[in-house]
Amino acid sequence: MTALRIDDLHKSFGGLHVIQGVNFTVEPGERRLLLGPNGAGKTTLFNLIAGDLRPTAGQIRLADEDVSDLPTFRRAARGIGRTFQILTLFARESVIGNVIMALLGGRPQRWKPYGAVAKDPVLRREALEVLARVRLDTLADRPVSETSYGEKRRLEIAMALAQAPRILLLDEPLAGLSKEERGTVSALLAELPRNLTILMIEHDMDVALAFAEKIALLHYGRLIVDGTREEVIADPRTREAYLAQ
Amino acid sequence: MKSPGMKTLGILLLCAAAVPLVLPGPFYLSIATQVLVYGLFAVSVNLIAGYCGMVSLGHAAFLGIAGYAFALLTTSTGWPLWAAIPAAVALSVAAGALFGLVALRTSGLSFLMITLALGQIVWGIAFRYVDLTNGENGISMPRFQGLLASGTGLYYLCLAVTAGCLALVTILAGSPLGASMQGVRDQPRRMSTLGYDVWRIRYAAYVLSAGIAGIAGVLYMLLFRFISPHTLSLTVSSEAVLMVIAGGLGTTFGPVVGAALVVLLKNVASAYTDRWPTLLGLIFLFIIVVVPEGLLPGARRLMRTFGSRLATRRGPTPIPASPIKEARP
Repeated sequence: MTALRIDDLHKSFGGLHVIQGVNFTVEPGERRLLLGPNGAGKTTLFNLIAGDLRPTAGQIRLADEDVSDLPTFRRAARGIGRTFQILTLFARESVIGNVIMALLGGRPQRWKPYGAVAKDPVLRREALEVLARVRLDTLADRPVSETSYGEKRRLEIAMALAQAPRILLLDEPLAGLSKEERGTVSALLAELPRNLTILMIEHDMDVALAFAEKIALLHYGRLIVDGTREEVIADPRTREAYLAQ
Repeated sequence: MKSPGMKTLGILLLCAAAVPLVLPGPFYLSIATQVLVYGLFAVSVNLIAGYCGMVSLGHAAFLGIAGYAFALLTTSTGWPLWAAIPAAVALSVAAGALFGLVALRTSGLSFLMITLALGQIVWGIAFRYVDLTNGENGISMPRFQGLLASGTGLYYLCLAVTAGCLALVTILAGSPLGASMQGVRDQPRRMSTLGYDVWRIRYAAYVLSAGIAGIAGVLYMLLFRFISPHTLSLTVSSEAVLMVIAGGLGTTFGPVVGAALVVLLKNVASAYTDRWPTLLGLIFLFIIVVVPEGLLPGARRLMRTFGSRLATRRGPTPIPASPIKEARP
């Protein structure tokens, strides 16, 4: 059983064909890197997989279930978690408040119109556990507006982890981080459990190549190389796509 | 997710309960009751605009639908109050459920325009469907009996209902559903990624808000015993939005403070000057410039700034002069 299977996926915005017939499969537990120059369609592909965009044609199967027509929140319930390239946090909340929102998203409890969320001991305990995984448990009660950029990046990851996803989509988790913070975050990523399937977009080649086992290279909305790390690095088309910029 | 104070609500309730004892006459008591009725209406607008991030310019429709329904059911069909009240509120909820299906296809400015359009449609029906609504002349209700006949009784009834609804909204705001509404307000995209059905959350807030506006509509009829198309007009809808913004969008008591401001200016200031709308305009200008977040949160911020300034002016405690120096002549 594949974790994710994409068949002949197309996406157009008017006359602009952003994704043009992409096919690929991701096995359970795989770490897959999505490479490509700017404008190659990487984030669009993520948005199609997560459900923020509907494909013009083609199919997305999650663990053998066709999810192409499901809205984003139903795909989240089926195990797709993601982080955003542009920080998307609840700025008025505390750090732990953000994680609690992520935890609640997967539970029927989210419809409860009474009972203070902030005082729920179970949610708080679980949120602290998730925060500990990204080393933010000591900052739990700090307002998000008072945390550093690197801490916000880690919070993005914590929120996705709180969803207990089966597939994690990481959209440039290292973007804008200092060298030191990059080390911290890449160590975090390396610690993620092996049964979690991860699809990552990242431009920091040192970290990305160390992390990924398989790489897919997108160019103008087409998948031009797809294979193991060594195969893709050795492929002349990889060099061409990047140097041709 | 912050749970705003039930304690504050209790203290304010006690103060409000003492109001009829202090006020000089029935005129002022009627104004105080108006503050409660419009306050509840503003609470309903705040639920959707403040907590869920969707400003509606058609909320007077729900106030009016409940008001007309209550008036018609009690006068034309002769229903008793106890049956007419829930029926009127239920009709508002039903209207909210229907309008929500149309309005919530959009958000932001388009939502504002659609709610405005829906509100105008209801206003148009009230204005033109003369056989039912008596058109421009409106519908008057006979005097009530018992508790409702006295100004004090009516005041306490309105206080109980408004405070009860305010308590429910406060509980909701701190609950998982309330947190979801605020999440949808701040980061709708993230919310759907986290597994929340953004549309349904907005719909729930909208229908609930329509229900509260409906309750306010019944109180309105109990107080004024008269309704005309003016009650459903854009002026009433936009005044409620102004009340919420003036008091503090997304705060617990802000809407009631805003309602008090507008009602007092309308009734008290108009006794002294014909130019009270100018005064209202100047006050809103002042609010936007000095406390753009609204009177309540603004006052809190100013007090904090003022307090910390005072503390720095006093400065660190001076070091006492050395005793050796003092010993010298």
